[in-house]
Amino acid sequence: MSTLTGCIQSIGLLGPGLADWSAARAVLNGELPHVAARTVLPLPGVLPPAERRRAGRVIKLALAVGAEAVAGAADGAAADVRALPTVFTSSGGDGENCHEICVTLAGRDRQISPTRFHNSVHNAAAGYWSIAYGCTEGSTSLCAGDASFGAGLLEALSQLACGAPAVLLLAYDADYPQPLYAKRPIPDAFGIALLLRAPVAGTPLPRLQLALSDAPAARMHHAGLESLRASIPAARSLPLLERLAQRRGGTVVLDYLETVRLAVEVHS
Amino acid sequence: MTPLQLTHFTATSCLGRGLSATRQALEQARCGLTPCQFETVELPTYIGEVGGVDDIALPPKLQRFDCRNNRLAQLGLMQDDFHSAVRSAVARFGPRRIGVYLGTSTSGILTTEMAYRHRDALTGALAADFDYAGTHNSFSVADYVGRLFELAGPAVAVCTACSSSAKVFAAAQRMIAADQIDAAIVGGVDSLCLTTLYGFHSLQLTSSEPCRPFDAARDGLSIGEAAAFALLERAPAEPDPEAILLLGAGESSDAYHMSSPHPEGAGARSAMRDALTDAGLVPGDVDYINLHGTGTPSNDSAESRAVTGLFGDATPCSSTKGATGHALGAAGALEAVICAIALQSQLMPGGLHLRQRDPQLELNYLTHNQRGPLRRVLSNSFGFGGANCALLFGRAA
Repeated sequence: MSTLTGCIQSIGLLGPGLADWSAARAVLNGELPHVAARTVLPLPGVLPPAERRRAGRVIKLALAVGAEAVAGAADGAAADVRALPTVFTSSGGDGENCHEICVTLAGRDRQISPTRFHNSVHNAAAGYWSIAYGCTEGSTSLCAGDASFGAGLLEALSQLACGAPAVLLLAYDADYPQPLYAKRPIPDAFGIALLLRAPVAGTPLPRLQLALSDAPAARMHHAGLESLRASIPAARSLPLLERLAQRRGGTVVLDYLETVRLAVEVHS
Repeated sequence: MTPLQLTHFTATSCLGRGLSATRQALEQARCGLTPCQFETVELPTYIGEVGGVDDIALPPKLQRFDCRNNRLAQLGLMQDDFHSAVRSAVARFGPRRIGVYLGTSTSGILTTEMAYRHRDALTGALAADFDYAGTHNSFSVADYVGRLFELAGPAVAVCTACSSSAKVFAAAQRMIAADQIDAAIVGGVDSLCLTTLYGFHSLQLTSSEPCRPFDAARDGLSIGEAAAFALLERAPAEPDPEAILLLGAGESSDAYHMSSPHPEGAGARSAMRDALTDAGLVPGDVDYINLHGTGTPSNDSAESRAVTGLFGDATPCSSTKGATGHALGAAGALEAVICAIALQSQLMPGGLHLRQRDPQLELNYLTHNQRGPLRRVLSNSFGFGGANCALLFGRAA
């Protein structure tokens, strides 16, 4: 069976105790300890003030990691955000917004706010991204529950296989408020953006080769990071990020669906 | 792209269960919309409700997926022997080589809406038997279908609002082209819920009558629900002349507004143009366009500009949402199946409920059924957030 392949141009990352990719890289390659702390979500400066105020946690999260990834891409075609196709993937979308709508609909007056309604679509973050950056390329928004990161990686690499020169993958999950939190206990916000490029000969960029696999998923040695990996779908990317941070080649198996995982061979 | 074949397909909507009921309704220009009496909803609007969804039982081992959306999925899968077609594909390719790509916008959120009414008075907690992953989560329906057929390949829900189940065709096509899978169950399942009924009402986008796409006095959409599926595989070198093929797909973003289309339909136009390019075709090759045509003033005007800008004013086109309502996340797949029926039956369905043409909209909008010849048809789907998708389908000969 053929594999899917792509190079990593740049990375954006935000999670508990992981303020950005350079901070996360230092933690993942052992230079700095992981200090548990709530994820701090920046206000999305790319949005107009009205939208900025209304942006929920997942929108802030997705825009933050995406902005870091495109800022990290220094050169050429991949840095032209307007022409960059995007793959958004999230296990649940905007939990706060969903909760507020359900509360309103359970009450006597069911008139929900128009803004809440259009922010309730799973592709809200993608919509804001395209408006903020003037990006008119195709964009998809996926959900595969706990397997959402893997689903996004497959989609992004398949776009490269079908001729896209570059694609931006954004995977992000944030916590629900109660009472949904009790049913879906994602502890905090975690997002990752990978700016992926089609492989070209002689590139210095790390290259991934991906195949579906039955092998068991890799775990993180560090208990705190393993707890993130096991509890936040987007953090299932951590074993791959660890390898990239350590500039270490070899195969890492990422958790995906119950019936299949993703074996990612890293050439760094 | 290399054309793929829709080796089997089915649709269940307010027009009826399965292909023959759907075809008959289109032939008879029948409308499936009725005044809204759904659940406890009190809104002056019409809906496209599928009858008998509440009576559908899921298999015992998949009870945790029980919700209106998955019952509708199950009802849809039972039609036209779609079940057997999937099982035959599993036997041919193996469970790892079949993907599940389903579009939905609200999944089983109705279950959560109802659960919020019965929260614990003291703690606010949801009932103990509420199953988030099985019902509420957007992935629920794709997970359900994958488990039902005991598949072990990639599975995902595409959730780009009203273009969700058009985009699944493009996503599955890429995975087949990249040789990760040999076949895919593609489709869309979206079911009535309070979020969309009250939500579209809050945006003043629901009509108080059955929706009237492209009418001069159109005043909004009618929300519907549907389950539509296709089995997508590589086409043989010499397909049966009547085989239905996916010839091309185009995707774009408006980058304009969260809930209004670009007024000139710029994104819609580039999605249609990209679908043509993907298929190696030119506008003159398209015999009929099944429009997104929601019946809102802004959609129909933007879409009309996009279509006439690219195709001129001669290509016959219509919206079938006057018959089915807007099935939201299932609309793309439902209308893909309507396009397949159109190609099989050489039928261009006329748009219903149009009383007076909008003089601003210059496209060749059909108000009565017309006969072919039909070789290639285009289907448009546009979603909130400016997520556009156009699909090109054709007969092999």
